Amino acid sequence: MISALDPMLVDGVDTGDLLFVLLKVVVAFVFLLVAVMLKIWFMRKVIADFQNRIGPNMAGPWGIMQSLADGVKLFMKEDLVPENADRFVFKLAPYLSLVPAFLVFAIVPLGGNFNETRTLADGTTVTGAFGWGDNLTFLQVADPPVGILFFLAMSSIAIYGIMLAGWGSGSKYPLLGSVRASAQMVSYEAALGLAIAAVVLQSGSLSTNEIVAQQAGEGFGGVVPNWNILLTGFVPFVIFLIAGLAELNHPPFDLVEAEQELVGGFHTEYSSIRFALFFLAEFMNQITMSAIIVTLFLGGPAGPVLFGPAWIWGIIWFFAKLLVFLYGLVWVRATLPRFRYDQLMDLGWKLLIPLALGWFLLLAGLRVADVRNWSGAQTAGFVAGFMAVCMVMASLLMAAVRSARQDRLEREGVDHG
Amino acid sequence: MEASVFIVGAALILTGGIGVVAAKNPVHSALFLIETLTGVAVIFVLQDAHFLAAVQVIVYAGAIVILFLFVIMLLGVDKTVDWQLKEPIAGQQPLAAIIGASLVGLGVVITTIATDNLTGAIRRGGDRALDSGFTDVERLGRVLFSDYAMSFEITAALLTIAVIGAVVLTRSIGRDDLLDDLDPAPMEPSSAAPHGANDSDLEPDPADGERSAGDAGGE
Repeated sequence: MISALDPMLVDGVDTGDLLFVLLKVVVAFVFLLVAVMLKIWFMRKVIADFQNRIGPNMAGPWGIMQSLADGVKLFMKEDLVPENADRFVFKLAPYLSLVPAFLVFAIVPLGGNFNETRTLADGTTVTGAFGWGDNLTFLQVADPPVGILFFLAMSSIAIYGIMLAGWGSGSKYPLLGSVRASAQMVSYEAALGLAIAAVVLQSGSLSTNEIVAQQAGEGFGGVVPNWNILLTGFVPFVIFLIAGLAELNHPPFDLVEAEQELVGGFHTEYSSIRFALFFLAEFMNQITMSAIIVTLFLGGPAGPVLFGPAWIWGIIWFFAKLLVFLYGLVWVRATLPRFRYDQLMDLGWKLLIPLALGWFLLLAGLRVADVRNWSGAQTAGFVAGFMAVCMVMASLLMAAVRSARQDRLEREGVDHG
Repeated sequence: MEASVFIVGAALILTGGIGVVAAKNPVHSALFLIETLTGVAVIFVLQDAHFLAAVQVIVYAGAIVILFLFVIMLLGVDKTVDWQLKEPIAGQQPLAAIIGASLVGLGVVITTIATDNLTGAIRRGGDRALDSGFTDVERLGRVLFSDYAMSFEITAALLTIAVIGAVVLTRSIGRDDLLDDLDPAPMEPSSAAPHGANDSDLEPDPADGERSAGDAGGE
């Protein structure tokens, strides 16, 4: 049986419900397309400001139609399939990038009133719903019980798009780019998952609606928000942010399409609409990743109602947070230089994954302290002991890395003083 | 509703399974394998096993098949091969036919004889766990960290040992005779291309032959 995931679907599914779900899908789809268009324009404008230029200013007011014009131009171009390409895989790859980018957005709560909990006719309680009386629904396309795992599953499917694009092109640089991409994405997925685990531990649920509902209301002392970024101690947020950037192949982790080294990486051989699809997917992933970060760490649509109708504030808070975050992404893109490949792998495997794992264990320990009602001294003792063990482990690891490097240099006959 | 979803899922699984066996190119086989795994995930969701479905996609489609593809692409075996011409293991085809037929027979016998108690779930108390009012994630968590905590820990230790073992075996630190192998080998041009132009020094590629014949005819 397909379980009821949305208050609207609790009492069976009728035609009206189906139509409404369909409407939500269309709205999410159109929203993403329009958002990508504006995001590209926004990015180019902001980077132009950073570099003391004007940026796109010809198409429409302030150049806002620039990406639309670019899109139309790309559609009109000739569609090439290289002679050496595997035609089936070459044509399949852009869609394997695009579809997961759309699907992930389905689990993001875009709005809803998280300040009140309503009770339905059958006694179940709902937070963050939108509507009137018993006609309630979540402002997200779907809220599967495994919500955030769905995000991980889709980001692992998205790897195939890039990997197969590089292989299917039948030429060298795209293959190198795609091997880099898949190695990078597989490596950073572990850190990403561990950062998510910290949030899940805090919220006690995988569902995105529930994660946001847990962050609603006032936090410590009534002055700070009750957001996971504070509740999980900031470290998982930073890890998720870095791993997310790497997962997106966003600068400073854009080795995948490093122009100076690989021409264009995995999409070198692509032209016309297929190329446009890759770029659509890339920018959609940036928007979705920002939305997921806002949902997981910054409270999503949860926030106070300042004036006027309550239902509109969820949407306003969500988009305000999202916009701040998207600006941050552009800032990072304009500022940071690209990582070298070995630096990328070192950062992922030797720093982020151990740190994420250690922090997760610390949070789990504090959770046990909370449940078992440990005294302040006991908790402090646990934290101190845990930190000491981590220090010893980290210094052991560093010593091992150093001696291995020394051995290697000696074998290679390099005199390093 | 349920039946139509099941039919879609089953069609995905079956076409994918046939594709894995029938595709001549190993990369295409791997793609069909992903299709099958996704179909199984659809069936899992249909059975309310959401966690299992997500993990199925994350672990199998997201990690294991990626590894398959890495091996296929980097070893340079990603070319279309006609196994009718070149039999890798003598007599494996009749053997595989016998084993396949007996597995199908076993499946048929089990499903016809033991339809009412196929999984043993009824004997162990039926749908006791299903009705306890928790989601499948919570139920799995409870079982994993109470009844099966010991086996969970042992599995975790086993996997860690396997990872460390793999690293130790491949690195072979301290053995100078193997050190040369650590240097990255120059990239074979042929491994980069599905039907690369530099294939001439390798075994003849039937697809290439077909295409060049077709091109010649066209001109």
